[in-house]
Amino acid sequence: MTPLKSLAQGVPAGAILTRDQAQAIAERVVKMSKADAINVTLGTNYNTNVRFADNQMSTAGSVVDAGVAVQSSFGPKHAVVTTNDLSEASLRRCVEQSEVLARLAPDDPEAMPELDPQQYARVDAYFDSTAAVDAATRAQAALTALAPARKAGDIKTAGFLIAGAGCNAIANQKGLFAYHRSTSVNYTLTVRTTDGTGSGWAGADHPDWRQIDFEKVSARAIDKARRSMKPVAIEPGRYTVIFEPQAVGDLAQLVAFYADARQADEGRSPFSKQGGGNKVGEKIVDSRVTMYSDPSDPQLLAQPFDGEGMPIARQVWVENGELKQLQYSRFWAKKQGKAPTGGTTSLKMTGGSATMEEMIRSTERGILVTRLWYLREVDPRTILYTGLTRDGTFLIEQGRISRAISNLRFNESPLFMLNNLEMLGPSERLAGTEAGGSVAMPAIKVRDFNFTSLSEAV
Amino acid sequence: MTASRREFLQRTAAAAAAVGLASAARPTAAEAAPGLTFQGDDSHKALALRAIDAAKTAGADYADARISSARSQNLGTRERRVTNIGDNETFGFGVRVLVGGAWGFAASSNLTADEVVRVARLAVAQAKANRAAMVRPVELAPIGPPVPNGVWRSPARIDPFTVAIEDKVAYLLEANAAAMAAGARFVNSNMFFLKDEKTFASTVGTVTQQTIFRAQPGMTITMVSPDNRDFQTRQSTDIQPRGLGYEHVLDSNLKAHAARWAEEARQKLSAKPVEVGRYDLILHPTHLWLTIHEAIAHPTELDRAYGFEANYAGTSFLAPPEEKLGKFRYGPDFMNVLADRSAPGSLSACGWDDEGVAPEDFYIVKDGMFVDYQTTREQAMWLDWWYKQQKMPTRSHGCSYAQTWADVQFQRMPNVNLMAGEQDLVWEDLIAATENGIAIIGDGSFSIDQQRYNAQFGGQLFYEVKNGKITGMLKDVAYQIRTPEFWNAMDMVGGKRSYELGGAFGDGKGQPAQSNAVSHGCPPTRHKQVNVINTGRTA
Repeated sequence: MTPLKSLAQGVPAGAILTRDQAQAIAERVVKMSKADAINVTLGTNYNTNVRFADNQMSTAGSVVDAGVAVQSSFGPKHAVVTTNDLSEASLRRCVEQSEVLARLAPDDPEAMPELDPQQYARVDAYFDSTAAVDAATRAQAALTALAPARKAGDIKTAGFLIAGAGCNAIANQKGLFAYHRSTSVNYTLTVRTTDGTGSGWAGADHPDWRQIDFEKVSARAIDKARRSMKPVAIEPGRYTVIFEPQAVGDLAQLVAFYADARQADEGRSPFSKQGGGNKVGEKIVDSRVTMYSDPSDPQLLAQPFDGEGMPIARQVWVENGELKQLQYSRFWAKKQGKAPTGGTTSLKMTGGSATMEEMIRSTERGILVTRLWYLREVDPRTILYTGLTRDGTFLIEQGRISRAISNLRFNESPLFMLNNLEMLGPSERLAGTEAGGSVAMPAIKVRDFNFTSLSEAV
Repeated sequence: MTASRREFLQRTAAAAAAVGLASAARPTAAEAAPGLTFQGDDSHKALALRAIDAAKTAGADYADARISSARSQNLGTRERRVTNIGDNETFGFGVRVLVGGAWGFAASSNLTADEVVRVARLAVAQAKANRAAMVRPVELAPIGPPVPNGVWRSPARIDPFTVAIEDKVAYLLEANAAAMAAGARFVNSNMFFLKDEKTFASTVGTVTQQTIFRAQPGMTITMVSPDNRDFQTRQSTDIQPRGLGYEHVLDSNLKAHAARWAEEARQKLSAKPVEVGRYDLILHPTHLWLTIHEAIAHPTELDRAYGFEANYAGTSFLAPPEEKLGKFRYGPDFMNVLADRSAPGSLSACGWDDEGVAPEDFYIVKDGMFVDYQTTREQAMWLDWWYKQQKMPTRSHGCSYAQTWADVQFQRMPNVNLMAGEQDLVWEDLIAATENGIAIIGDGSFSIDQQRYNAQFGGQLFYEVKNGKITGMLKDVAYQIRTPEFWNAMDMVGGKRSYELGGAFGDGKGQPAQSNAVSHGCPPTRHKQVNVINTGRTA
């Protein structure tokens, strides 16, 4: 096989382990074990990317890699060793080294036994349409941004397209075996006007290449860039804000990140209750807010098991504004007499029916935010975060977008934001939250969102 | 599996025992310093050369190959138990080529004689595909004479992988016990180690082998108020990560600090909420390094100035270069910012960067004026006009870096340092000179816009300063700045005695995102009339 041919064919033959191949390797590793218990996680992946900036290609690459993690346990002692080499000798060394480390580890009073074999939902997240994408097709996709930008002359594009395939499997000495394979495509594009005053962003993400509308992403980012030119500064303060789904994702995802039951029960979480315990069962946000994880949701298509091999089904965290559930590890669940929830691999906030036009039309004075940037925790007690708007921030006056405005820094909590909810749009899959992952969010309109300073950054 | 692969597997166990103590000296010449030997596999050299030969044969004008075997270790504890012990290893190679002015890159974890050839050809094919969309061909700045046999090693005295797990666990649990004896309700502590053995070869004729060490011990202590209404944490920011071995853990002595950190966390529970307003800020080096990182080091990356990071990390307010170089006043006359990859034990230190350039120290800000950007070989050419004007050679500053073998190398920041002042001032002198201010110790929350103008920083500890004295602890403090005003409002800077290195492992940039490790040295500074906000709210 010539290299050019392998490039043209997309995912190289044999690069992604099949279920049978993964199971055969996992079983071999389990047999190598001399420990009381062993847990093996393994996978292989292939990805290829093109990056462009200043209206030209900058870098491109393709990477084949693999990974295996072996956890060995002797009673309550355990340790993990990982490597990216799946050869027989390496796997053996990995098992032996994890056993050496585990014997040296002190007893872990919170160690849990390996899981018995589990039943998993099957999530079809592997698309041949993605696996078959070749170099020419990727270049064509990039040209949907590069060609109009070069032709127009008033804009510069910078974008990134990454596509790939991978698999992940988990096995243990009790016969548990989980396997999931997936493909992925992520495309993001930033368009800046050559006068340096305008910037627009758009993106798309899906396991299925056919679901990515490259032309639409390009048109959207170009339009945002031009419309955001020559922004004017407005006074920071509390505003009615319409957030596009991308911006909602950055803030709403945080609610799930703070949803650990143990932290709450220990009194160091926004979901700790004064005097002890946690806030499960309490109303924490507007009653129109429902947030859940569901690997099988067609907008999410995530791995249906967590890192320990626990099956993940639909799990509702917030229902009609009420904190329905916190995340319980197996240990904490046992200690508190609850059911373990497993980790999360996806998050969705259910939407409403309002269109973006309706949200704008109903706004006397407000701000439209395309996306957020550099979100960082300021106060974990309230999930207070700071960050900035970016790539398309607009003033709304008397029901219409009146002009582009300078970016603003916020200091705000998603809990406060989701309490001040006015309208919701339909939920859509996101391409570029700072934390990443399979996330679907609606556009929302909220009141009294707290902007604390101005940024002249474009 | 190839012979080299088998040898690697056998050696990893053996190498751990063989390292022992080594010279802390850094080679100053381009060649290997006496007594320093590469710990990795010598057969990697032959494979790296085979890769670049294959690339040349396939049509590459320039090629480099990097082979890396990196081992890392994580240990984590909370209170009286160990939460995780993990050893990680990643091994593979990447080949980067230039064909007709376009880049191509390919990488694989399968280091065999056949695979290096396949991957080299694949990189050439990528470059040829990219050439179709090329507008401006890449040119590389000249490089010094080839170094056919360069060897460099971090000045680590104790290879962390030779230290018994029991010793590491005991160290952390003893530190936790000290914190709990001082009243801590919760305590997490951890250690991280890296040892990366990198072989590099390029068609220039340079072949280098480097062994990079990094070490970070750390802990977080949490205090909860009796009624669960409030909790406060103290992170061990007095201890910063280093490009060193296990000796850094021993020298850090978490146990000796734990009781004080616990007490400071307790004090935060009853600290006075800050009143919003403008204050003179006195910033400790354990805090200031992060402000330097965000508001000096990032905006002076040349690829950002040209828009190459527009879709992710952002651009820079220091653009276009022809309007900023030699013209933009960053701060007062006494402000000097020097970049290096040479400070012993710093995170960015190396003998050669990831395209074979021996880095030199260089000024970014000289006497308050902005004078240079961080560059690679490709980027130095973009500033050819400036270097000619300055009568300086057009050469890379040695800022090329890739986080692993699987990532293409690109411009990453070196250590970017704010230099000490001429006067022999220390932290206490700055406090004594301040009438109405806030002194901030340790880094906390941080956020800055995509052009590096508007930033907001928190911290670990905040002290009210009145008439030259610390009068009490404050909480819920964050300051907001506009970068140029903030540095021009700097009116005091500590002397050499007060200069310290801070730093971090997780500096992100690029797509796919890569993480860089970097140190920032600085003395304490004072900044006049900075905007302070109160971040406390009730859920």
